[in-house]
Amino acid sequence: MIPASFAYARPTTVDEALQAIAAGGEDVKILAGGQSLIPVMRLRLAAPETVVDITRVTELRGVREDGDSLVIGAMTTHHDVITDPLIAQYGKLIAEATETVADPAVRHRGTFGGALVHADPAGDLPAVALALDAEFVIAGLGGARRTVPATEFFVDYLTTALADGELLVEVRVPKLGSDWGVRYEKFNRVAQAWSIVAVAAAVRREGSRITEARIGLTNMGSTPIRARAVEAALVGADVSLETVTAAAAQAAEGTEPSSDLNAQADYRQHLARVLTRRAVTAAAGL
Amino acid sequence: MTQINVRVDGASYSDDVEPRTLLVHYLREQLGKVGTVVGCDTSNCGACTVHLDGESVKSCTVLAVQADGSEVTTIEGVADGATLHPVQKAFHEQHGLQCGYCTPGMIMASIDLLKNNPDPSEHEIREGIEGNLCRCTGYQNIVKAVQQAAGEMSSAGAHSVETTGAQA
Repeated sequence: MIPASFAYARPTTVDEALQAIAAGGEDVKILAGGQSLIPVMRLRLAAPETVVDITRVTELRGVREDGDSLVIGAMTTHHDVITDPLIAQYGKLIAEATETVADPAVRHRGTFGGALVHADPAGDLPAVALALDAEFVIAGLGGARRTVPATEFFVDYLTTALADGELLVEVRVPKLGSDWGVRYEKFNRVAQAWSIVAVAAAVRREGSRITEARIGLTNMGSTPIRARAVEAALVGADVSLETVTAAAAQAAEGTEPSSDLNAQADYRQHLARVLTRRAVTAAAGL
Repeated sequence: MTQINVRVDGASYSDDVEPRTLLVHYLREQLGKVGTVVGCDTSNCGACTVHLDGESVKSCTVLAVQADGSEVTTIEGVADGATLHPVQKAFHEQHGLQCGYCTPGMIMASIDLLKNNPDPSEHEIREGIEGNLCRCTGYQNIVKAVQQAAGEMSSAGAHSVETTGAQA
């Protein structure tokens, strides 16, 4: 199908983009990579009055360092994230998860920021951002900037803390050095499919002891979820299959995943435990 | 209507399009480039894959206005006159198709894969074309075709490096 008619704006700077959004009327959609928005518009699930295409806002592309943080421009494509040398050094968890997103052609267009703002609970990047305690830098009209932590950014199914008229400009994540092990463990049914459940794990080891653990769950609720009970059980524990297996058994605690054609809720909870065990085992270097 | 200027398969075009026109519809209906086909129309099957500024994209999920100022290569632009592209030739020789509907997109995805990874393993080939669905072949001969093309293209590349070296 062909999308319904819309007015089209193609700004080249953040300021122009914010003005175009403000001037776009009641129903404005921001087109980042378009790999979710265009299909949704083709299916007429969305029929915006105005589309503000930010693909030419080049200041929003690229990855840079800022002290202990990596700063990822919202319009950095998945392909550019995967091939970025800073991500390869300090953001392996992001790279691993991004490699599982859709397929190469979609990753050439789809963007890091777009995937996060779309906030699909089956999308791979929200759980990673949550596990890393990412900070979302959001621009508003007149040069306003605010920063929202990941715990407040993901509000509900396809809903974030972004207000009307605002634009996500960049995402800050902590650099994870060589003392961290990471793994994104994804379960899906066929190639290029969404996660039925997935687990993002980052574990810091000192000798035989785990000193920090960050676990994010994909598609275990209407937003990404932190497996806090697993993290608490891992910190201070000796690295062994027994301790990891015991900790991972708590992965589904407090979750209320949905049931659909792919999986019932209890099966998703089972998957969360199994995938958490696998992800932490790999991340801890066992 | 919005005016766009694009180069498609080496020729320049200047056209007025509605912003909602999808790139694949522009290519097929306005330029007559019907070698690129629409399969699923939901970004899934990859039959409509073309190269936009050298990178594979699903042309049913790009607006024609987004190609303004860009270079598009379709399946109709990869052969060198009457000489098939090595990937086209390999799909023909390895029987990498049955009904042929997925073939234009498969070939464009495979060319992109080999550009980034000239010597892919079987696993990397399957990952590289995971955005392209074939309902006939079971993929076996498609993978063989990509392997054949990789071999031919890298030996051709090695030859030209040797030639350059000899000249230097």
